[in-house]
Amino acid sequence: MTPEDLQAVTLTLKLASLTTLVLLCIATPLAWWLAHSRSWYKGLVSALVALPLVLPPTVLGFYLLLLMGPQGAVGELTRALGIGALPFTFAGLVVGSVLFSLPFAVQPIQNAFEAMGKRPLEVAATLRATPWDRFISVALPLARPGFLTAIILAFAHTVGEFGVVLMLGGSIPGETQVLSVAIYTHVEAMEYSEAHWLSGGMVLFSFLVLVGLYRVGGNWSKGAR
Amino acid sequence: MSWLRVHLKMQQGSFELDAQFSAPPLGVTALFGSSGSGKTTLLRCIAGLERAQGWLRVNGEPWQNETTFMPVHKRPLGYVFQEASLFPHLSVRANLEYGYRRIAPALRRVQPEQVIEWLGLDRIIGRGDPASLSGGERQRVAIGRALLVSPELLLMDEPLSALDTQSKQEILPYLERLHRELQIPVLYVSHAMDEVARLADHLVLLQQGKVIASGALGETLARLDLPIAHFDDAGAVIEASVARHDEAYHLTQLDFPGGHLWVGKVDQTAGYRVRARVLARDVSIATQAPQGSSINNILNARIEEIRDEGPDKVIVRMQVGESHMLLSRITRRSRDHLGLVAGMYVCAQVKSVALM
Repeated sequence: MTPEDLQAVTLTLKLASLTTLVLLCIATPLAWWLAHSRSWYKGLVSALVALPLVLPPTVLGFYLLLLMGPQGAVGELTRALGIGALPFTFAGLVVGSVLFSLPFAVQPIQNAFEAMGKRPLEVAATLRATPWDRFISVALPLARPGFLTAIILAFAHTVGEFGVVLMLGGSIPGETQVLSVAIYTHVEAMEYSEAHWLSGGMVLFSFLVLVGLYRVGGNWSKGAR
Repeated sequence: MSWLRVHLKMQQGSFELDAQFSAPPLGVTALFGSSGSGKTTLLRCIAGLERAQGWLRVNGEPWQNETTFMPVHKRPLGYVFQEASLFPHLSVRANLEYGYRRIAPALRRVQPEQVIEWLGLDRIIGRGDPASLSGGERQRVAIGRALLVSPELLLMDEPLSALDTQSKQEILPYLERLHRELQIPVLYVSHAMDEVARLADHLVLLQQGKVIASGALGETLARLDLPIAHFDDAGAVIEASVARHDEAYHLTQLDFPGGHLWVGKVDQTAGYRVRARVLARDVSIATQAPQGSSINNILNARIEEIRDEGPDKVIVRMQVGESHMLLSRITRRSRDHLGLVAGMYVCAQVKSVALM
């Protein structure tokens, strides 16, 4: 493995870890709201969250590129805030990955919250637990399998993404060149043996993640117990 | 008397709840009605688990009115759900002490060791997984868990209905013990008349979301204008105390103001309070004291009211002793042959007495 390949591996792991962390912070309240809300725009929000499941990653990457570019609304905002343009930076990749993997984090957690029903929370309320206490001491532990599934899926999905990363980040070694992009670059340059090393590693990694997933959650579409 | 005062309204689809009643500060108040009468909804509204319109005062404190709605976790109540609903991720002891740990030490009037003793939990308290308990054991833990928040009011939503007969029989003595020993007012939702007759002191009758009657158990059960007096298992409840035993015949005499009843031997000392249930179908009427009868219990009674019940039957309400009521279901023909009318003095022959 070349130092550049190694760099791609560490960058990928860094991106996936950070993305998973950010996703947990966003997906938990979102999943809670989706599991408990009865408002009419719940369906609208659900559809928006699920959109990355059906869209080609290039479409998402394309629009993010426009949005975060110098002429885009987000781009102007980040420039005004002094952060500069996000495309072709690591931060831009994180934003793209978070959006791309959002349904994989939200849905298992939402399913877990829905599966436990209202009853355990009602019981806790009659036992003097404040809303925050109920969430921490009852909802979170009961939704644990959903959270584990969400973490594994979000992490693995980020490691495996290609389209959004390529559109949004390009292939800057050490900044935006993640594993999948590195493999693509190797293949383009006819460096098949390097591509083999990384691809084989990816196959092994993905397989192990899925084995772990089935041990933890059984069926990720259920998310809960 | 009006320790608990309720007037709550709620519209849920086509069902309308409009319930108004008050209850005394001691003993068990049963919310009784058929399924769909709104009794569970009413209990959930009182707990604050559902948001109804109207007002609710407990012990002088407004739990809900036009301007305030006290959230569930701030109401000093205990709630026992139909299914035990133990937290599956906590041990049996952690379940039991979940609420106890969340109240200020100064407010803890009930201690875990007391509850373990009262509810016979000593053999199961060390279990890790609540799923390993039987249905009856789970419900006992749930009752203990609710008691350990030292509630000012204990709400119980058909706590026995999800259990099989054996588990029911296992829990009932504990409920009676709580009733006897704890000074906590209880609101008890039930559709089972035998449970109500056994546990309740005060009865609130619900029909289609409305309170159709509310009063002391004995009086309310004997009101012929209410549907319960016309149930197949209609009957009266007599509060009595053990007076003496007849060791030779293995019988016990129960006294109540102005009368007494002989029942099968009760293993309790004199003075022990018991509740006897006398079903209307087990009481017959004679105009004069019968000679040579095998029936042990013949009470002097005064007919208060007679109502037709279907084409062949009538139901008779009688007063026995100073304050107790007795119901008797007889044929219309017997009434006419004996010429029974209100105000007559008769002999009520009680074929069987169920001790609660």
